[in-house]
Amino acid sequence: MIRDITLGQYYPADSPIHGLDARIKLLLTFIYIVTLFFVNGLVGYVFVILSLAAVIRVSRVPLRFMLRGLKSIVLIIIFTGLINLFMTPGERVIFQWGFLTLTMEGVLFAFQMCLRLVLLIIGSSLLTLTTTPIQLTDAIETILKPFARFGVPAHEIAMVMTIALRFIPTLLDETDKIMKAQQARGADFDSGSLMERAKSLIPILVPLFISAFRRADELATAMESRCYRGGEGRTKMYVAKMKRKDYQAVLLGVVYIACIFALRYAVSAGIPFFV
Amino acid sequence: MSITINHLTHIYNAGTTFEKKALDDVSLEIQDGEFIGLIGHTGSGKSTLIQHLNGLVAPTSGEILLNGENIHQDKNRLKEVRRRVGLVFQYPEHQLFEMTVYKDVAFGPTNLKFSEDKIRKNTISALEAVGLGEEYYDQSPFDLSGGQKRRTAIAGILAMEPEVLILDEPTAGLDPKGREEILSLIQEMHQKRKMTVILVSHSMEDVAKMAERIVVMHQGKVVMNGTPKEIFSCVEELEKMGLAAPQVSYVVRALREKGFPISPDIFTVEEAKNALLALLPHNS
Ligand SMILES: Nc1ncnc2c1ncn2[C@@H]1O[C@H](COP(=O)(O)OP(=O)(O)O)[C@@H](O)[C@H]1O
Ligand SMILES: [Mg+2]
Repeated sequence: MIRDITLGQYYPADSPIHGLDARIKLLLTFIYIVTLFFVNGLVGYVFVILSLAAVIRVSRVPLRFMLRGLKSIVLIIIFTGLINLFMTPGERVIFQWGFLTLTMEGVLFAFQMCLRLVLLIIGSSLLTLTTTPIQLTDAIETILKPFARFGVPAHEIAMVMTIALRFIPTLLDETDKIMKAQQARGADFDSGSLMERAKSLIPILVPLFISAFRRADELATAMESRCYRGGEGRTKMYVAKMKRKDYQAVLLGVVYIACIFALRYAVSAGIPFFV
Repeated sequence: MSITINHLTHIYNAGTTFEKKALDDVSLEIQDGEFIGLIGHTGSGKSTLIQHLNGLVAPTSGEILLNGENIHQDKNRLKEVRRRVGLVFQYPEHQLFEMTVYKDVAFGPTNLKFSEDKIRKNTISALEAVGLGEEYYDQSPFDLSGGQKRRTAIAGILAMEPEVLILDEPTAGLDPKGREEILSLIQEMHQKRKMTVILVSHSMEDVAKMAERIVVMHQGKVVMNGTPKEIFSCVEELEKMGLAAPQVSYVVRALREKGFPISPDIFTVEEAKNALLALLPHNS
C-alpha cells in the first residue's frame, strides 16, 4: 500500500528532451517559470500553452503522467482561485452578497492565477519526468559550484540529495514491513482516539529510526572504505558536455523569451488584437 | 487448526508500471498439527503467501479459510485471526522497540486486551519457552546478542498463544549456535505444544530435518508438494529452480554410484551417519 507513493517519478523514454543536458533543462525550466509571471493577454497564454504542448509532445511522456502531479495540489489551486475570485478589487461588479463581492476583474484574475499554477506544475513535472534524480542532483551541483567560494557546500548538498533520493524507496519498504510486523502482533493503527493513534506510532518509529541510523552508519563506512573524502579534487565518471542539441535548446529558449516579451509589449502598447 | 488456500492470486501494484504477480493460483491444504516446510528461491512468493494467512495482505482473488471460515468475511475478527495465526517476520529483531525485553514481549498480549494476569502469565511462559530467564526481563532488547534478540521477537508472538506458528526464514543471518537454538525451539513448539508449524526456509538441511511435508514454490506457483523423501528424490527439478537437495544426499548418491549398498532416502547427517556406521565391517 505504501509503495503507491511515487516520489522519483522519472518516466523512461527515448526522446530529444530526455537526451538534453540536465543543466540546460534545469535552466530552461527556471526561465519558463519566471516568464510565466510576465505573460499577459489571451494571445500570450495561448503561446505558452502551445509551446508547452509542443515540448510535451516531443518528450513522449503520456499526458496523464503530467496531470498526475496536478492531483496533489488541486486543493491549493481551488483555494488560490477562491481567494482571488473574491479579494480582487474591481469596478465591474457581477453580484454582491454580504461582504463578498464578485467582480469581472476578480474572475479574470482568478482564472489567470489558476492557469499559471497549472502551467507551472506541468512544466516542472516535465523536468522531473524526463530527468533522472541523479542527473538532476548532478546538474544542481554544477550550477551551485561557482558559489562554493562563498561557502556554499555545493558538492555536499548534491551528495545529501542523491543519498536521500536513493533511500526514500528503501525506507518506505521498511516502514511497510515494520507496520505489518507490528500488526501481526495485534497492533492497530487506524482506530482509537487521537492520543491512542499517536501512541501507536511509537512501535513503527523506533525501529524505523534505528534502521535508518544503522543504514547511515553502514553507508558511511562503505563510502570511507572506498576513499570518499568530500568533493574536493573529485573527478566525475560522466562529464556532462554541451552538445549541438543543447545549444539548439538554448537558442529556442532565447527565442521563447523574446516572444514572451514581444507579446507583453504588444499588450501594454494597446495594439488592439493583443489586449 | 486447518488452513485451506483456494486459488489464491496476488498482484502487487496492480494497474501501474510496477505491476507484479507474486502469487499465481495457489491452492493448498494444511492440516491441524502438521509441520510444513515452505521452500523456494528468493522472489518465488513465499513471504507474500504467508502474509495472506493472517490477513496482513488481502488476496487479489481467491480465498483463505481457517477451519472452513473465510478470514476476510468479518473485518472485526482480523485481530483474532492474527492471534491464532502467529507470524514471525524475517529478521523479527528489527521490530523490537520497547525499553525492556519483558515489555516488548508483552506488546502482543496487551494489544489483544488480555487481562493483566494473563498478560503476565503469557509473557513469562513465552520467555521461558525461548530460554530467556528472569535476568533478561529488565534488560534493553538492544543490548542482547543477535540470537537472543531473535528469540525475544519470537517470544513476542508466542505470548499471543497462537495455534499456528509461521516463521519466515528464522535462521537467516545467525551463527551456527543461534541457528541450532532457534530450530530446537521450533521443534519443541511443534512436539510439546502440538502447534501447526510452517517453516519458510531456503536451507534444505533445516527443512529436511524437521518438516513432515515440503511445499516448493517457483515464480508464484506451488510446483511440488510432498514428503521430504518425494521432494528430494527430484534433484534435477529442484536444481532447475535454483534449489538443491540437502548436501548429504549428494554424498549418499556418490557412494551409491561407487557401489556401496546405502539407501537413497537419506537426507539428514544423522541418518547418513547411522547408515555409514552400519556399513563399516567392525560394526556389524
Ligand atoms: N510490498 C511489495 N510491493 C511490491 N512487490 C513486492 C512486495 N513484496 C514482494 N514483492 C515482489 O513479489 C515477489 C515475491 O516476493 P516475496 O513474496 O517476498 O518472495 P520470497 O519471500 O519468496 O523471496 C517478488 O518479485 C517481490 O519483488
Ligand atoms: Mg521472503
